[in-house]
Amino acid sequence: MKKIRTQLMLCGGTGCHSSGSLAFREALEQEIVKRGLSEEVKIIETGCNGFCAVGPVMLVQPEGIFYQKLKPEDVPLLVEEHLLKGRPVKKLMYVEPASAQTIPKMNDIPFFSKQMFRVMRNKGVIDPEIIDEYIARDGYFGVAKALTEMTPEQIIHEVKVSGLRGRGGAGFPAGLKWEFASKSQSDIKYVLCNADEGDPGAFMDRSVLEADPHAVLEGMIIAARAINAHQGYIYCRTEYPLAIHRLTIAIRQAREYGLLGKNILGSGFDFDIEIYEGAGAFVCGEETALMRSIEGRRGMPRPRPPFPAQKGLWEKPTILNNVETLANIAQIITNGGEWYASVGTAGSKGTKVFALSGDVNNIGLVEVPMGTTLRTLIFDIGGGIPNKKKFKGVQLGGPSGGCVPEHLLDTPVDYEEIAKVGAIMGSGGVIVMDENTCMVDMARFFLDFIQDESCGKCTPCREGTRRFLEILKRICNGQGEPSDIDTLEEMAIVIKNASLCGLGQTAPNPVLSTLRYFKDEYYAHIIEKRCPAKRCVALLKFEVNPDMCTKCGACFRACPADAIIWKKKEIASIDKEKCIKCLTCFEKCKFDAIF
Amino acid sequence: MAKLTVQDLKKIKEDATKSIYLRGEKGNIRVIIHMGTCGIAAGAREVMTALMEEMAQNDYSHIRVMASGCMGLCSSEPNVTVEIEEQSPIVYQHVNANKMRQIFKRHVLMGEVQTDFALAKM
Repeated sequence: MKKIRTQLMLCGGTGCHSSGSLAFREALEQEIVKRGLSEEVKIIETGCNGFCAVGPVMLVQPEGIFYQKLKPEDVPLLVEEHLLKGRPVKKLMYVEPASAQTIPKMNDIPFFSKQMFRVMRNKGVIDPEIIDEYIARDGYFGVAKALTEMTPEQIIHEVKVSGLRGRGGAGFPAGLKWEFASKSQSDIKYVLCNADEGDPGAFMDRSVLEADPHAVLEGMIIAARAINAHQGYIYCRTEYPLAIHRLTIAIRQAREYGLLGKNILGSGFDFDIEIYEGAGAFVCGEETALMRSIEGRRGMPRPRPPFPAQKGLWEKPTILNNVETLANIAQIITNGGEWYASVGTAGSKGTKVFALSGDVNNIGLVEVPMGTTLRTLIFDIGGGIPNKKKFKGVQLGGPSGGCVPEHLLDTPVDYEEIAKVGAIMGSGGVIVMDENTCMVDMARFFLDFIQDESCGKCTPCREGTRRFLEILKRICNGQGEPSDIDTLEEMAIVIKNASLCGLGQTAPNPVLSTLRYFKDEYYAHIIEKRCPAKRCVALLKFEVNPDMCTKCGACFRACPADAIIWKKKEIASIDKEKCIKCLTCFEKCKFDAIF
Repeated sequence: MAKLTVQDLKKIKEDATKSIYLRGEKGNIRVIIHMGTCGIAAGAREVMTALMEEMAQNDYSHIRVMASGCMGLCSSEPNVTVEIEEQSPIVYQHVNANKMRQIFKRHVLMGEVQTDFALAKM
């Protein structure tokens, strides 16, 4: 057998799969065989690389050349030039939008060079379907250390020293949670992994499961040892087929190696994991609802206490940790809690993965140390706002979170600091909004989501979110009344205080935070009957202002319904019978002539 | 009886590290085969094949094999450049499979520059 000289690390995350990496892979495989390189060059399909915006992406090792937006048509050129003749192909490389410079190497691209990889340290480096590659990257040595050299108390101590807090949203210290569960007396205990990622715009858990499933299993085994549990469940939504597929393979391989099952690594400790597929209800990300769902009942939360650490799944002591939290555990055990705590702020240690989406150039997953400012996250790593538009706000923490306006962009990423400005860290969803976003409409969108996902068990959440949505819809339709703002603020307090679970308690957040920073937009909608961002269809006239029209015809060419009447050197007008109010002309008109 | 012990885990790690070494830190020796159209026409493919066969003989994880383009001196192809850390790179000319094996064994592994085949020191 000949030795492999080049490895092609092709991204196989869900993002790149949907942008066509599977077709590219097929073409690449054929071309490599055709060119007689199959014994020297190997394709490795990795998990999500993180830079989803430019997918499908591929890293050529050992050179470290990064290719983006690959199409099957690019294959012959790429193979001939780079693999055969050793000349990297410039036209397939990343171009920095600001400077128009081509950057060949992955590590030189600002999107990557400003990140710090801990949770995602194996992304794009290993084949997630081969356990040996994970072991080569020190995988399962955390389990080896925890099971053969440490007592459960020492494990919990180490996690407490690390300062690791729950990455699912609430930020509860993981070590403390484990300690409570370890002190509960019971023969049967459970370790659960919450992979029911439901926030719109958040996809870090999915990517971790796809890129490094063994890291999550390893975290669970260590957690089980710490509280003396022998059975674990991963609650993953059915909408994540690739994550479930890779987890299933990972569990099977770990069982074959005896890293799950009886007498793990000869330590006498038994533990096994099963996957439970959830149907995708948002409320099942709440711990008590998730446990009910595993029990086979309808996923609804129950009042706490008793907390799951005392009475959880099937009334037994249970710990539930998020995917990202668990993915940190093995490294904390291997390198020590102090190593982990060496990065971050006083109250928030380590790194956090954020899912950048919305109106930002570099959509994708980024991992940064706690304490990094939002400005660095959005402008340095995210590459700023596309199409030369202005930044307006950023929604942090999904529908339960809040928005942060421009003057607070220097807020560091830290559980307490973010809470102070009215948002939450949440699971790490970062939705960037440019000047064309209507904040009232944005609040309406999130309330629509929350109202839809409310399980209906408690009245404040069920009825309150519905009333909230009604009022917001009215405001967006131009039927708002001045008293609406007071009603919203008053109701928000009741919903917050009286709801049973986190879903209801945080439901008013999108409204409260937009009211806090963008109240003038609410007034513009209610009193002036005007939508400043020109997003709310009911408040727009769909007419052309003849003074501002430059007769360019951009709207005419863009209109999908042929509703624009325009001739060369003439002012455009809109045929209201044909107009479908799709807002295309608003986006195309650079002169604000349509109102 | 446990299926796997900590020792087994270490052994697996050792073996698996070999298959992923290309993705880690840079090696300290680079062997570059110049594979422009001229190089391939003059026989660079056979040179590459011979080199890869040599590479497969043992665990040479500190050595990186790369293909690169034409240097501009097409009459001296096939060219091979050997870069050893902290030493000037040596370019060889008119390399064939046998010369490649000799260069690999003597220069790359033992550090003796094969002046007979060399074109230049860079």
